[in-house]
Amino acid sequence: MSTFDAHSPPPPRPRAWSGVERALAAVGLSGKALVIAAPAIWLTIFFLVPLAVVFGISLTMKQFGRPPYTPLLTNEDGTVQLTLHLNNYLRLFSDSLYVAAYLSSIKIALISTAITLLIGYPMAYAIARAPDRWRNILLMLVILPFWTSFLLRVYALSGFMRGNGVINQFLGLFGIPPLVMMQTDFAVYVGIVYTYLPFMILPLYTNLVKLDGALLEASADLGARPVRTFLSITLPLSRPGIIAGCMLVFIPAIGEFVIPALLGGPSTLMIGRVLWDEFFANTNWPRAAAVAIAMLIVVVVPIMLLQRAQDAEQDKERGN
Amino acid sequence: MRRGWFLPIAATLGFAFLYAPIVSLVVFSFNESDLVTVWSGFSTKWYGKVLADPQILGAAWLSAQIAFCAASIALVLGTLCAVALVRFRKFRGRTLLAGTVSAPLVMPDVITGLSLLLLFVAMEAIIGWPSGRGLLTIIIAHSTFCMAYVVVVVQSRLRDLDMSLEEAAMDLGATPVRVFFDITLPIIAPALVSGWLLAFTLSLDDLVIASFVSGPGSSTLPMVIFSKVKLGVSPDVNALATIIIGFVALGVAIATIVQLRAHPKRAKA
Repeated sequence: MSTFDAHSPPPPRPRAWSGVERALAAVGLSGKALVIAAPAIWLTIFFLVPLAVVFGISLTMKQFGRPPYTPLLTNEDGTVQLTLHLNNYLRLFSDSLYVAAYLSSIKIALISTAITLLIGYPMAYAIARAPDRWRNILLMLVILPFWTSFLLRVYALSGFMRGNGVINQFLGLFGIPPLVMMQTDFAVYVGIVYTYLPFMILPLYTNLVKLDGALLEASADLGARPVRTFLSITLPLSRPGIIAGCMLVFIPAIGEFVIPALLGGPSTLMIGRVLWDEFFANTNWPRAAAVAIAMLIVVVVPIMLLQRAQDAEQDKERGN
Repeated sequence: MRRGWFLPIAATLGFAFLYAPIVSLVVFSFNESDLVTVWSGFSTKWYGKVLADPQILGAAWLSAQIAFCAASIALVLGTLCAVALVRFRKFRGRTLLAGTVSAPLVMPDVITGLSLLLLFVAMEAIIGWPSGRGLLTIIIAHSTFCMAYVVVVVQSRLRDLDMSLEEAAMDLGATPVRVFFDITLPIIAPALVSGWLLAFTLSLDDLVIASFVSGPGSSTLPMVIFSKVKLGVSPDVNALATIIIGFVALGVAIATIVQLRAHPKRAKA
């Protein structure tokens, strides 16, 4: 489907770009190489190299001065010395604060991902099965919060759950004493589910909308109950969508800072917050870098799983 | 197929959960009382207060500049990257490029922010650039993560694109650069608009990365909001939030209309 009419001749246009091509050819560059090189160089400098820098600095020690860490390479009488400190990593294992923060981040991320899946799956399925004219509106309603400021949504939620917030005022109408929701782990769970729900719904929807209705009808005709049809057909076929959605929630949730900072209490331990405090409150850059590397190790497997799930979806599309 | 009651009810509850807090935030931004959650009468005085606050206005202007530049850089680089990934099927490092460009999508913000800050500090120590941190470093950081989103949007449009048009133009003797600007670009224009808008809003929204790479005197709007919100819920933040949400809703509406016009049969978003 294209917007071009194949039968009318293309409108005459001045060759505005031929100069560009000649100039490129003159310096021995093909357009193709440039197209690849520009983003590749940018990503190398501003994404890959920084990760290497983080690793390097995680092997230094904090010191007073600028920059606030010991140099990796020192030059003494003509001999270059490389000094590596493993203290930061040893501290990650020996200090119970870090261990507890890691375990608690993983626990919070896992549980909230599961809750998001339980809420998001029926929503995605309902949208995929909705009549055509409804579907776009519903999809738009999912996408709109995704575009709306993350910070503001967390803030909106905090106004909702406060001691004298909307929920407690509503409960008060029935004479129920106010619940303490803010500054608890519960608030963090609600916050993650609330803010990441669109990330779960969209990949699930993309998968479920392609589900062949004939399979479901065949199953029903053969006498299977809806629950059975769902468990033996819909659920297995939507596996790539489930994996993609879960990873899109789990990975950022592990490193979440804003939600525990605004909704969680002082006892809510999350690794993103620990990293933030090491950096901003303690100005211990090497320690923060070591925390980042350790966090990276936790998310690397989920990132690969996500990549594989997305590749599988794309291959399926190409196959069709 | 029999339609059950479960799905509609679940979807309704889910949407209520998504929207109730935002609706209550908007409603209470028109509240007269200083107490955010006790309704005492309609008033727009908090909007007046926001629009007269030089700190908020300054931060908003800074954020808008950053978002404009970052979205534009991300659009150019992201489009090039999408073309490379979709049109050039085989080249060395393709897998690496595909992985590297999508990694910032899910990378926790604290890692992205910290790693870029450490890079800028190390670069300043070695080559003297960038001197200090502020507008420029935030723009670079935002371009990098926004680029990933542009790639996703443009890539999916390029994949759907009928390649025979480009091939026909090539057969008629047009050079690749001319084909791109005369044929490909006009067709993928709606995707470019939505990619730019998405990048713009993401940049406008970012708190964590900007906090790491900003310098003294360059507080973006989310940074100002965060410092206010940490002190508790306040009605002027509600008013500011309502203004921002209004802008975003307008932007999304425009982007949707652009896409619907472009291909009315298969409007997906």
